[in-house]
Amino acid sequence: MQEGRKPELEAIEPWKDPTAAPYILIQDVTRKFGDFMAVNNVSLNVYKQELFCLLGGSGCGKSTLLRMLAGFEEPTSGKIFIDGQDMAGIPPYRRPVNMMFQSYALFPHMTVQDNIAFGLKQDHKPKSEILERVASMLELVKLSSFAKRKPHQLSGGQRQRVALARSLVKEPKLLLLDEPLGALDRKLRESTQFELMNIQDKLGVTFMVVTHDQEEAMTLASRIGVMNLGQIVQVGTPSEIYEFPSSRFVADFIGTVNMFEGRIIDEDNDFVRIASEEAGCTIFINHGVAAPPNAHLCVAVRPEKITITHEAPAQTAENCAHGVIDGIAYMGDMSVFNVKLDSGKMVKVTRPNLIRHAEDAITWDQRVWLQWDPSSGVVLTT
Amino acid sequence: MSRLGYLPLGDHLAVSAEPLVRALVRIPPVRWLLNLFGRVTSGRGLVIAVPYGWLALFFLIPFLIVLKISFADQLIAQPPYSSLVDVAEQGYVTLKLNVGNYLFIAEDALYWKAYLRSMQISFFSALICLFIGYPMAYVMARAEPRWRGVLLMLVVLPFWTSFLLRVYAWIGLLNNNGVINNLLMAAGIIDQPIVMMRTNFAVYVGIVYSYLPFMILPLYATLEKMDLTLIEAAEDLGCRPLKAFMTITLPLSLPGIIAGFSLVFIPALGEFVIPDLLGGTETLMIGKVLWDEFFSNRAWPIASAVAIAMLSLVLVIMSFQHWLERRAEAAR
Repeated sequence: MQEGRKPELEAIEPWKDPTAAPYILIQDVTRKFGDFMAVNNVSLNVYKQELFCLLGGSGCGKSTLLRMLAGFEEPTSGKIFIDGQDMAGIPPYRRPVNMMFQSYALFPHMTVQDNIAFGLKQDHKPKSEILERVASMLELVKLSSFAKRKPHQLSGGQRQRVALARSLVKEPKLLLLDEPLGALDRKLRESTQFELMNIQDKLGVTFMVVTHDQEEAMTLASRIGVMNLGQIVQVGTPSEIYEFPSSRFVADFIGTVNMFEGRIIDEDNDFVRIASEEAGCTIFINHGVAAPPNAHLCVAVRPEKITITHEAPAQTAENCAHGVIDGIAYMGDMSVFNVKLDSGKMVKVTRPNLIRHAEDAITWDQRVWLQWDPSSGVVLTT
Repeated sequence: MSRLGYLPLGDHLAVSAEPLVRALVRIPPVRWLLNLFGRVTSGRGLVIAVPYGWLALFFLIPFLIVLKISFADQLIAQPPYSSLVDVAEQGYVTLKLNVGNYLFIAEDALYWKAYLRSMQISFFSALICLFIGYPMAYVMARAEPRWRGVLLMLVVLPFWTSFLLRVYAWIGLLNNNGVINNLLMAAGIIDQPIVMMRTNFAVYVGIVYSYLPFMILPLYATLEKMDLTLIEAAEDLGCRPLKAFMTITLPLSLPGIIAGFSLVFIPALGEFVIPDLLGGTETLMIGKVLWDEFFSNRAWPIASAVAIAMLSLVLVIMSFQHWLERRAEAAR
């Protein structure tokens, strides 16, 4: 499901340009509810036209951060700037920000058209302009024939699109989306994801999406901020977050991962060797690690980066474990193998089902060899 | 379509009961009765039958009695009205309906003035209740959940003492030498007592005070279940809080407003105790007129006609309210 962004957008990486000014600047923002730190000293830069995803489990503070951007909550300390303007004390109705609510919050007593026109009417725009902009929004979300319907006469997907149109019609500097696809079923979610990205491309509005669904974040985002316990633990592009998680939490939260506990036995600037009893071998990694010798740490290896074979590979001393198949989950496009190593450690390995009926199919209780590349392991010290 | 089966039994001709019963069951009135019986004796039917029976016994039958009396002639007798059905000689049964009572209350200005005044007092009382009750219900609905129960209790608390007692208490407050006048005079604000008792003002105070909970409760119910993110959405789209209230909260609480308004207006229309205890001669409310006709004049037929006319009025108002509610619902 990693379709990724369009190439021309991937080329734009303002966060790598030290001279680029962030569009949304969050400085040391903390929000307390009583003794509870909902958001704990968060700093974040988001650039113009980005689609930034705040990803985290429930109660991690991502929604509170979003609500502070919208103006529904004030930070206990810290500052928020949007396009250079300090947002302190500015009520929601005067912020250049619009929000798409998780429940959509469509006004039940108004038609689709009136819902979308609501924001423009508050700005006392001329009637002809309102009609024109509402019509073009309806066209954008492909709901032109539903203008006179009430929200309760629409399906979930249609309501989602009305909510999107309503929040976009004022052309906000920043659009906040709270779990935008959470209420849709799986098939609809996938098609809507791409629709959302297309609309963002077309309008060039900066999007900030809150989600707990890592797949959604991976597909949508130009960058992801992973949150845990009120703090941002890592910010990066989807592939950075996936391939180079900075902590055990991130590695574990994004996708599936195998963790091997180990101890550094040999290291240099461009490699490190880690002895792991759990893996039953020495793990060799072809890049240096900032950790003291003999340090206890963790190596993360993604399931798809491990190859699984019946025969022993050429060398079995490094990056090679061996165990018994404990379980197989057939997923259609691929199979997941649970392998029990001699140390008792369970390892997950995925393999794409390239051939319909493989002659050498791996089945239960067989002894197998696992092997991975020196570039596959990620050392995690925290 | 009845078919009878004949069974040759020796020399006798016996009629089997079964086809006969089947034929009987097909006769419409029998079928209906059996259907009704079947429905009533099912569990569902029994559950429904109890409240229906209650309503029939204590509402429908008394109503029919009142309706009957309203068409009778007044007599100096026991009971003080004529019978509608006369069994004349030669076995003729005559039905005498006297519409004179209705004509009488239509012609006499006293009655329609009383109706108008009742409507006026009930309408404005309901309006005042709305203006006092809406903010109260709003605050209650937006209070922290743990406080809501307490606030709700406080609203319902007056019901724990007798309604009559509470109205009497207002006499003590509003009298010329009552609490309010005494306090104001002691404070030197006034030197003559303000006449409040036996005025329309006292009646308004009594009705608003007594019926306020009936306004607050339905309002609270609609406001409490309202989705607060709608307000946030409105503010997010550039709507100031007051305007958000006017364009979102108020229209969405319309069903509660209609329900609360009717719950105050309709019972206040027939109110007797409050105008009797707190009102003066100027307060001519229909409940009081009815009471006078019934007990002072012993004019049962006239009193019944007044009651039936009021009931028709309430029915008209209720169907209007129903129509409003349906429209409010369709607007959702």
